[in-house]
Amino acid sequence: MTIAATSPYRVDATGYYGPFGGAYVPEMLYPNVEELRDNYLRIIQEPEFQREFTQLLTDYVGRPTPLFLARRLSAHYGTTIYLKREDLCHTGAHKVNNTIGQILVAKRLGKKRIVAETGAGQHGVATATVCALMGLECIVYMGEIDIERQKPNVDRMRMLGAKVVPATSGSKTLKDATNEAMRHWISNPTDTHYIIGSVVGPHPYPDMVARFQSVISAETISQLLHQTGRGTPDFMLACVGGGSNAAGAFYHYLDEPSVRLIAAEAAGQGVDTGHSAATTALGKPGILHGASTILMQTEDGQVTEPYSISAGLDYPGIGPQHAHLFATGRAEFLSITDKQALDAGFQLSRLEGIIPALETAHALACLPLIGAKPDEVVVVCLSGRGDKDLATYTKHLEEYA
Amino acid sequence: MNRLTHLFQHKTADVLNVYFTAGFPQLNDTVPILKALQDAGADLVEIGMPYSDPVADGETIQRSNQQALENGMTVATLFKQLQGIRKQGITVPILLMGYLNPVVQFGVEKFCQQCQAVGVDGVILPDLPLDVYEREYKALFAQHDLKVVFLVTPQTSAARVRQLDALADGFIYLVAAAGTTGAQTDMNADVDAYLSRTKALGLRNPTLVGFGISDAASFAAASRHTTGAIIGSAFIRLLQATPAEGREAAIREFVRGVR
Repeated sequence: MTIAATSPYRVDATGYYGPFGGAYVPEMLYPNVEELRDNYLRIIQEPEFQREFTQLLTDYVGRPTPLFLARRLSAHYGTTIYLKREDLCHTGAHKVNNTIGQILVAKRLGKKRIVAETGAGQHGVATATVCALMGLECIVYMGEIDIERQKPNVDRMRMLGAKVVPATSGSKTLKDATNEAMRHWISNPTDTHYIIGSVVGPHPYPDMVARFQSVISAETISQLLHQTGRGTPDFMLACVGGGSNAAGAFYHYLDEPSVRLIAAEAAGQGVDTGHSAATTALGKPGILHGASTILMQTEDGQVTEPYSISAGLDYPGIGPQHAHLFATGRAEFLSITDKQALDAGFQLSRLEGIIPALETAHALACLPLIGAKPDEVVVVCLSGRGDKDLATYTKHLEEYA
Repeated sequence: MNRLTHLFQHKTADVLNVYFTAGFPQLNDTVPILKALQDAGADLVEIGMPYSDPVADGETIQRSNQQALENGMTVATLFKQLQGIRKQGITVPILLMGYLNPVVQFGVEKFCQQCQAVGVDGVILPDLPLDVYEREYKALFAQHDLKVVFLVTPQTSAARVRQLDALADGFIYLVAAAGTTGAQTDMNADVDAYLSRTKALGLRNPTLVGFGISDAASFAAASRHTTGAIIGSAFIRLLQATPAEGREAAIREFVRGVR
């Protein structure tokens, strides 16, 4: 987990990425956020922390995850495509890289209880998993509507011993689950740690989560070097809801301008249909969940409800670092519709025998859009597996018969 | 003189601040409720600007925010409603309370101008960071004679309380116990110790206690070591439960019941 000394794309000493970031929290959360801010770097740089973190990533999560040369997909697009197989992580997605890191931080801060939010349930499952592993109490807030549409993950969390609490406020989805988790933290300020699931929230969360996910690009560099003789791809593709797998996949390439960073956002039924989650296309600067970022909102500054076929991309904001990467042009943001994502999901299943998560399918859907040449190398962060999305895929089976 | 400053110069104990959400229960209830609170004897009034994601608020105020938004309430509409109130006999000090994003989208400078134009005396923006306030907002607020209120909780360190007190010029909002608005605060020995500990700091600003104050007993307990208290959720519940025709009398009764 080495970092460049100074980079225009990393968090600065005051917790900002350019104009984005910061810690816009009510005073009730200030001591918690301050405690984390003042301790997270020291804790994660301790050799004992690094030893435990690395060992768990190896023996429990199953890292390093493979970097797989997808030959048939490559032939189809006339370029060289590697898949970074985060779908092979324990629990089925990259989310666990972060929850392992944060629970080790929580233990070192002496916390007894973990609270988390979840949308599709992937982060909730990854949090419930590490809480079981460490013997900490786990409370997961999940929108009432998401509880209905993601039942298998609700059952998994309960099986792992977590308490799943329905968020009944607002639109009853991910943003409201996040509000409820923050309210829980406000009410339990001393003994509880909030494991946020993405590179969102007040500083230091976006930076801390990105550091834990940076293992994705760290491994990619050495694997790519080994397989191709060059550590840098020409393109790095990842999907962005809040943006944690993208933050990890981009991390060690931020200051390598030869690597084109491509972020796939969910356009839902289409950017201009009113049923979309394409934050950079539809949003503007504002403040959400403790950070200055880009978010979808009304003219009056009320946060609007996003839509995507993928519950994990169904978030009205993006992490502040991504807002900065967008604003500076360092990363290119592409809007991918539900239909394009489904096409890409079925395509990967049939060409490579890998059923991707619907979130991940958005990243794969960028492949026909980037114009990669035959001698170029593309890495796609295959952030999660598609088992959880089987019900949605099954609805469309006939179309892809 | 700023009405808030004037109030605290003349009243240093048992100050009652009542919160309600703008545009709730009906869009055009804002000014009638404001007037009823003044007539009932509230010392100051805090008008909430509704927001889609009020993280510091409990269920009661969340629901009032949601209802107000469904009624069509916006920051611009609120200023239209407040237009001319100072010429219509409203003399009670008024604070606007709300989350930062709607204010930022409205435009901070325009917001300050409008506040001054309609006669708002101060603001409470719970998610406005202190350093951002100092760097970007302080001069602007002062220029438009807007007083600022900061929150303090039982977890706030003494050093930070002093820092907040140095920058606040309205009052210090003491959150009685860890939690969101409307949480049932038991006015127990812990709360009493926290309030008297804060009193011992000898702050330059008046202090008002909020969160969980709902009746005469909790108001009296909260006011013992402070300048007064703030009632929010209990008042919202009253508005919810009272039909429009009986509202004025109910508000009079409510305020009398607290005192």
